[in-house]
Amino acid sequence: MIGILEALMPLFVGAPLMLGAVLFVISNRHPLQPIIGLGTLLALLAGSGVLLAVTFDGTVLSHQIGLWPGGIAIAFVADSFSSLILTAGAVVAVISFLYMMASGESQSPAIPALVLVLMGGVSGALLTADLFNLFVFIEVMLLPSYGLLIFLSRRGELSASRLYVVVNLLASTLFLAGVGLIYAIQGTVNMAALAGAGEDPATAIATAVSLAAIAVKAAVFPVHGWLARTYAAASPAVAALFSGLHTKIAVYVVYRISAVIFEGQSAWMLAILIFASLTLVIGAFAALGENNMRSLMIFQMVSGIGFILVGISLFTPLGLTSGIAYMVHHMIVMGALLLTVSAIEHTYGTGRLDQVSGLRTREKFVTAAFVIGSLSCRPSSVFWVYR
Amino acid sequence: MSLALSVGLLAAAGVYLVLQRGMIRIILGFVLLTHAVNLLIIAAGGSARREAPFIGGETSIAADPLPQAFVLTAIVIAFAITVVLATLAIAGRGDDDTESEQAENDPEVSKRGESA
Repeated sequence: MIGILEALMPLFVGAPLMLGAVLFVISNRHPLQPIIGLGTLLALLAGSGVLLAVTFDGTVLSHQIGLWPGGIAIAFVADSFSSLILTAGAVVAVISFLYMMASGESQSPAIPALVLVLMGGVSGALLTADLFNLFVFIEVMLLPSYGLLIFLSRRGELSASRLYVVVNLLASTLFLAGVGLIYAIQGTVNMAALAGAGEDPATAIATAVSLAAIAVKAAVFPVHGWLARTYAAASPAVAALFSGLHTKIAVYVVYRISAVIFEGQSAWMLAILIFASLTLVIGAFAALGENNMRSLMIFQMVSGIGFILVGISLFTPLGLTSGIAYMVHHMIVMGALLLTVSAIEHTYGTGRLDQVSGLRTREKFVTAAFVIGSLSCRPSSVFWVYR
Repeated sequence: MSLALSVGLLAAAGVYLVLQRGMIRIILGFVLLTHAVNLLIIAAGGSARREAPFIGGETSIAADPLPQAFVLTAIVIAFAITVVLATLAIAGRGDDDTESEQAENDPEVSKRGESA
């Protein structure tokens, strides 16, 4: 049973990519579009649920694609952490896709196809066992995001898309340089083979180059500025999708690299703690100055990323548990809040706080959703773990 | 040594161009930067102490194939993103703040700046 599941792991990447390709070919009004789109996302959710159930007791699934010997093959590994994040990501994708169908955005050309390709990249980034393939899958995830951002932005207004592509390309290039340096020193980029390699100062610095690049993608202070400018310009459902997937994948990579390569060495963890705390505070204060609901949520998200990273920097079982718990929580709650805000923007045409006053009496359900979301936004629900 | 110098030169030129305002210069800067990283990865394979992998040759000093596979993948990805960037450079209204301050005062130059 486990053997079959291991052999099926490449399908988490392959199936969304292939079905995405099918969706590119068939017309965007074709009745199969939403069926294949939503069906694939639901299947991905079910599959990641199965992975989570199997790995929940600590089992680690691994598969060398094509059964090539280790070191040559592309290796896929699933443990409970990656399965958990994959499941949460699939939930966010399903809900964002449902919103896209409701708001008619999925009727635009190529949008369902791009969402599927995006999810293929997300599964790959979470399941790969190798830093270089991680870079490749992050790019597979980012390329359709460029498409989603560009196709669904207001006509002619592309400066946010330009900024997004440029920032991500710069971060990816830096990450690749870090991976190259790690390969030069250690002769491998397999994460299991690199376990504890951070003891060596040269490897630690090479890894820090990669971590710095990932910090840009995770929107950690002082490189968080691009997030508000790009997500605020994205279409509502796309912003929810990105907030649940992109920054969280980057945070996942920080967790993975810190835990595997650095093994929680105190000096590096202290550096992460400093930046995480600054992100936490500055995100929260920046949100105070915003007048637009979406920007407010986005700075709230920056602050939340700081919270999640504090969990890894403590590097105690309790810190890690609460960090991961808050990460899953944040993916879902932030997605919910952004979609609530989007619903208001969609209905009233603006998200400016001074123009949408009095919603409480007109939109009871939206208000209820927003209140529940905002109340669970702060980690009080999981904060007891920090004690 | 020559590889290290090339990486440094390409990275310096790339960073300079990325810091410019015009989108086309930024794209060219990224082309140079990705080349710098590609050369870095090639150098990571120990190209100084290895030789071309001829059939029947000494396998212990044959070139490391893995960095070459990395670079091949990275080139394709960088090419794809460069195309996206190039499309973004010409699509849409010129809503980017790409003109220099001098150009804003001089309508003739600013018109040229928009078409560039």
